[in-house]
Amino acid sequence: MSLSGQLINVLAAILLLIAFAMLSQRRILSLIELYAWQGVVLSASTFVVAYSTGQGDLYFSGVLTALLKVIVLPWILYRLIHRLNVRWDVETLINIPTIMLIGIALVIFAFNLAQPISAMAGAVTRSTLGIATACVLLAFLMMITRRKAVSVVIGFLAMENGLLFAATSATYGMPMVVELGIALDVLVGTFIFGIFFFHIRETFDSLDVRHMEKLKED
Amino acid sequence: MEILLLLGAPLVGGALLAVFGYRRWAPELGVAASLTTFLAAAALTARVIRDGPITTFGHQFFIDSFNVVLVALTSFVALTTAIFSRPYMRIEAHRGKVTVGALRLYHAMFQIFTFTMLLALTTNNMGILWVAMEAATLSTVLLVSLYRTPESIEAAWKYFILASVGIAQALFGTILLYFAAEKVLGSGGTALLWTDLNQVKGSLEPTVMSLAFVFLLVGYGTKVELVPVHNWLPDAHAEGPTPISAVLSGLLLNVALYAVVRGKVITDGALRSPFAGNLMMGFGLLSVVVAAFLLWRQRDIKRLFAYSSIEHMGIATFAFGMGGVAGTFGALLHMTMHSLTKSAIFFAVGHAAQKSGTQIMDDIRGLIRTNPTIGWGLMLGAIAILGMPPFGVFASEFIIITTAMREQPWATPFLLVALGTAFAAIFGKVQPMVFGETALPRLPHPPALVPVFVHLLIVLILGIYIPPYLADWYRQAAALIG
Repeated sequence: MSLSGQLINVLAAILLLIAFAMLSQRRILSLIELYAWQGVVLSASTFVVAYSTGQGDLYFSGVLTALLKVIVLPWILYRLIHRLNVRWDVETLINIPTIMLIGIALVIFAFNLAQPISAMAGAVTRSTLGIATACVLLAFLMMITRRKAVSVVIGFLAMENGLLFAATSATYGMPMVVELGIALDVLVGTFIFGIFFFHIRETFDSLDVRHMEKLKED
Repeated sequence: MEILLLLGAPLVGGALLAVFGYRRWAPELGVAASLTTFLAAAALTARVIRDGPITTFGHQFFIDSFNVVLVALTSFVALTTAIFSRPYMRIEAHRGKVTVGALRLYHAMFQIFTFTMLLALTTNNMGILWVAMEAATLSTVLLVSLYRTPESIEAAWKYFILASVGIAQALFGTILLYFAAEKVLGSGGTALLWTDLNQVKGSLEPTVMSLAFVFLLVGYGTKVELVPVHNWLPDAHAEGPTPISAVLSGLLLNVALYAVVRGKVITDGALRSPFAGNLMMGFGLLSVVVAAFLLWRQRDIKRLFAYSSIEHMGIATFAFGMGGVAGTFGALLHMTMHSLTKSAIFFAVGHAAQKSGTQIMDDIRGLIRTNPTIGWGLMLGAIAILGMPPFGVFASEFIIITTAMREQPWATPFLLVALGTAFAAIFGKVQPMVFGETALPRLPHPPALVPVFVHLLIVLILGIYIPPYLADWYRQAAALIG
């Protein structure tokens, strides 16, 4: 296997590790740091793919990822938790071992799901599609298990990272115009989530999503 | 040219309203922007009917007779909703339910929402289609929570999370679609263009395409409101402002279904088997049956009609899944009729709820006596949506059911039982609201009921007589995707 192929595999492994770390991280500030690290790994892997395949577009995409996911979004999130004064909040997560076990099962499932597709992928990125799918599923698991609105949103953003990784690893990146559009949506979405946090706190005096489970069928 | 105006008018209107939205004439500005959009859509429609499908701006936009139907419908309902919003939101402001800032947000976001839907409909790029669908969610989420009550915040949060997770699945589906297309078309800008995909669909890798379609169906299906991913809609409808319920039900669901159908055409070509159609029929039928039985349990009038939307989108999804020219024709007609009728109902329901000061059906009584126009609007709307002749919903449901009898006989009992159940549930609940006893005062501003009767009149006319050119137009569209 070529050097760039090995590099991408290492980066993919780190990405998976970060996904598990996020699943068990209880401090919101550390979650944001982990999210920023995920962005670093993601843009690094984009650069490696760009270098090894010689696709100029991917360099732009890597720069875009670095700007948005390492600097802008973590900064917005950091400002938000600062303003909301929940910087030092620690979430009570019950049953971390169980969540981890479910996570492992999800990874195995993801690899099976990606099997027929990664068999057709380019040589450089063959095994990474499974990891990308696993990252998406782990982020989804995180969204389900969290009780604080901010962590749910970080889970959502991590899911988007996994999808982006799938796009770079399976297809060497989406067309530029689409990537720009997705980046814009994520940015606007984070702003709206930000406004929303204030609405939630104003209304319920807390950012706990348990307050928002009242609407049901009679 | 028309496309530029079509997309430019709501975008510029939204930007202007974001600045001037607090002025007294803001609603009129909104109506003007919507009117411009509608005129542009009319010109575009005329051109497509005359010259056939067009692509512009380096193939980034593509209009054929399928999406031009929806473009015309979307811009028309957006216009009538803008007209309806004027007095409706004034009454809400008069009652202190919304602040001036919230009104500005409302008028600006409404235009942006129209823009995202029209972009989703006219774009040729499956990736941009995804971007526009996500933007449509983002632009409506703050509108659902406009009243800032605990319930509305909860509804908006649910909508935001469910729709975002759903649409993330659709992004994965789009990535897989690109993965399959790139092998044939080469990487770069053209591999996600629908027209290019359509030409080479026969040589796309079937395994990848079937997986891609499953993700697209689940993802966009969250927005079409297919059971079991339908949970956000009733809450969002019940807690958001009524004009937003009208456009969510009448338009957004259509646009999402449009995205699924575009995916289905490509998948059918790649698989050469009815896999995609079968999935759509299954989900569609499940939605119809589940929604019909849930109708019985509703107490809130807007939730009731939200479930009715799920039922009707299920019927349209089923009909698209059945395919063939007849099935697709019925589905398109049904989408049109449902949009017009359901938005008319929501206009009437909005004023009925404003008048009674509640959305609980047991407390709404005697509309016919205190305000006959609202009462008749609601009654006729309910009769139309239940598929009574001579309204247009009857025509489309008749086509779909007779086609189902011929093509998929196993499904007809489910459809008929569900339609009967829905009839009994909705009629039984609407009748006392309209004809019961009451002693309530009148509204501070005269209600805007012209849109209600315009919509119902169109539905009535189309139920009795579909002009030959219109039938041709639908038939062309059906032949394209059937």
